[in-house]
Amino acid sequence: MLIFSVFKTLTDQQVTVELKNDLSITGVLKSVDQFLNIRLDNITVLDEARHPHMMAVKNCFIRGSVVRYVQLPAEHVDTQLLEDATRREAQNQIKR
Amino acid sequence: MSSLQGYVDRRVLLILQDGRAIVGVMAGFDQKSNVVLSDSKERVYSMEEGVEEIPLGLYLVKGDMIILIGELDETLDKAVDLATIRAEPIPPIRY
Repeated sequence: MLIFSVFKTLTDQQVTVELKNDLSITGVLKSVDQFLNIRLDNITVLDEARHPHMMAVKNCFIRGSVVRYVQLPAEHVDTQLLEDATRREAQNQIKR
Repeated sequence: MSSLQGYVDRRVLLILQDGRAIVGVMAGFDQKSNVVLSDSKERVYSMEEGVEEIPLGLYLVKGDMIILIGELDETLDKAVDLATIRAEPIPPIRY
């Protein structure tokens, strides 16, 4: 749930999503849902010469379960806040 | 998964877990992201020859097979001469 919130704060930022088939797609994060399915706008595929399959695709929906990495813009992630929130969530889990 | 709503009646490209690419007009979808495509065609990529389009007609694709749904820019897509494109097929997903 925490990571879902983090992604929500990153909407309209440029991210790069690496899929489990080694395809990397860069685009503007438009929305994310509870499965971490991702919608990207204005996309480009890394190494477009090798992967011309998506030349005519400008926005896409990516299934959360096939995402390997998401590269985030560091300046838009408050790591201190994230650290505190993570610790708080871990504490709550122990109490339960 | 309300975010698929914008793709209804649009020409879309589906990429499946096994690396297949299917284009078609999205006729509908449900909450499990199962998708119905009308007038669909599979695009087979290879290094030896141009892209081959295999007509499939009306197709229902199970949501858990789909890894990506992309909206095709139709003018851009029509401008591409598929016969001249040589590319490796999209690799399958490896968990």
